[in-house]
Amino acid sequence: MNAERGSSSDVLIDVNGLVKHYGPIRAVDGVSFEVHRGDILGFLGPNGAGKTTVMKMITGFLEPDQGSVAVAGFDMSTDGLEGKRKIGYLPETAPAYGEMTVDGFLDFIGQARDVLDVEAAIERVVEATGLERVIHQTIETLSKGFQRRVGLAQALIHDPEILILDEPTDGLDPNQKAVVQELISNLSSEKGIVLSTHILDEAERICNRAMIISQGKILVDSTPEALIARAPSHNVIRISLPADRVAEISERVESAAWCDRVERFADTMLDVYPAGGENRLDELMSLLGGTELHGVHLQEGRLDELFREITKGIAA
Amino acid sequence: MSRLTGMTAVYRREFRAYFSSPLGYVFIVIFLVASGFLTLSRDFGRILELRQADLAPFFNYLPWLFVVLVPAVAMRLWSEERKTGTVELLLTLPVTLEGAYLGKFLAGLTFLTLSLLLTWPVIFQVARLGDPDWGAIFGGYLASVLTAGAFLAVGMLFSALTKNQVVAFILGVAVSALFLILGLPQTLEMLGRVFGGFVEQLFSGLSLIDHFETLSRGLLEVRSLWFFALFTLGWLLSGMLVLDRTRAA
Repeated sequence: MNAERGSSSDVLIDVNGLVKHYGPIRAVDGVSFEVHRGDILGFLGPNGAGKTTVMKMITGFLEPDQGSVAVAGFDMSTDGLEGKRKIGYLPETAPAYGEMTVDGFLDFIGQARDVLDVEAAIERVVEATGLERVIHQTIETLSKGFQRRVGLAQALIHDPEILILDEPTDGLDPNQKAVVQELISNLSSEKGIVLSTHILDEAERICNRAMIISQGKILVDSTPEALIARAPSHNVIRISLPADRVAEISERVESAAWCDRVERFADTMLDVYPAGGENRLDELMSLLGGTELHGVHLQEGRLDELFREITKGIAA
Repeated sequence: MSRLTGMTAVYRREFRAYFSSPLGYVFIVIFLVASGFLTLSRDFGRILELRQADLAPFFNYLPWLFVVLVPAVAMRLWSEERKTGTVELLLTLPVTLEGAYLGKFLAGLTFLTLSLLLTWPVIFQVARLGDPDWGAIFGGYLASVLTAGAFLAVGMLFSALTKNQVVAFILGVAVSALFLILGLPQTLEMLGRVFGGFVEQLFSGLSLIDHFETLSRGLLEVRSLWFFALFTLGWLLSGMLVLDRTRAA
């Protein structure tokens, strides 16, 4: 579990032993975690893992069968309304009232959230989400990217301490994804953000904490960097060399004490797996001193590899 | 913390929604044309032929018109929210389920009342014919608003029950019609013959059309007012329970 947590006053979300059934299916199975101020927690998992159900229970839309959720200190089962005031929520499909204009919709959300100066709040979120040129358009006429941004704008209108974003970039084109990811990254470090995604690259880029969930259970809770360090290709060195030297060099490297194994592919390439996953680039270079190489690349590892490894055989 | 938190914001949004699409305007036009036709037609109200300063020909057919038109207003109130997923957005705002439900109900009722008020020319018409009973006219409008509210509460329950607006509409029409048909003299007589006088008495007391006619004659009987209040409240509370069970489905 995650180390280096803040003080208890910094705990914005406290999830304790959540269980939720859909008929005979145990969708969420004893999930517990905390979200602290400054956390951008990436909730990762295959489809049907239970990510969305957990988010719906945090936001008070669903009641858990067992367990509890406290949001900014408010128990969602007894002080749900107070808890909801602290949360900005973007549901999975960014639903909005299509017949409303963007400003009309944001005005409604502002009124419902008792925002004191709704006009100023609309101005702030419209600028933050880049909605200026569509502000008087009806939502149903907007592109999917703009509709997502409207969803984000409504989640931000009351400047909440906590943001729950369910697949905030799903279905967006690469440019739109980059804009939304930058927006999330730039949000104040005073907030606690939980976002679900199955785009692992996204979690690597914007999250400072990642949690892998599968079949309703938390499998890993760590930083993206620590997770990447556990990836099978972490610190693997890929070398490209002349075809006539491949066999000889492969043998030489494999005999080194620090080497776990060498894999050959494409006739001219070798992947060198160091024992213990440690960085052995220097050792490799001194071993191959003077050898003609076409290229050397130290691989950092990828979150998607680890994700596949962990969820392999678990997810249907 | 009030149980009705968020009701005002939901009310405003819903009421505006009637006029941000053609739906509201189409409804008003259909209602005015249909109620005008039923009032003027030689086969129904015959108001011009009767030449009496009386709005009974107008009010008599309104409950039957409402049986079809009010479920059309009610059908989208929750079905659409559930189908598009906005119910999740709405119920994760600091808005209580009761506040959201009543906000929508009151917006629908305001819209229906507004539609009714647009029938004002008919009042001028009877005033030209003689000296109408203003108490009966007031009672007729009150009874119409209460009936519209009762059918709206019925329709909202079915809208909360299903994501399919057509199904919600059909169920709303069927159940609203049932409450009118149960109060017809022919139905009561048949029930009396089959089940005995007690059942006839019971259904007579529960007859929506009886209470409607009492009020529209200008008799503001507390019994009838209670009937409408309890009928509507019962359906509203049942609808809230249904929505609480179905919202995440």
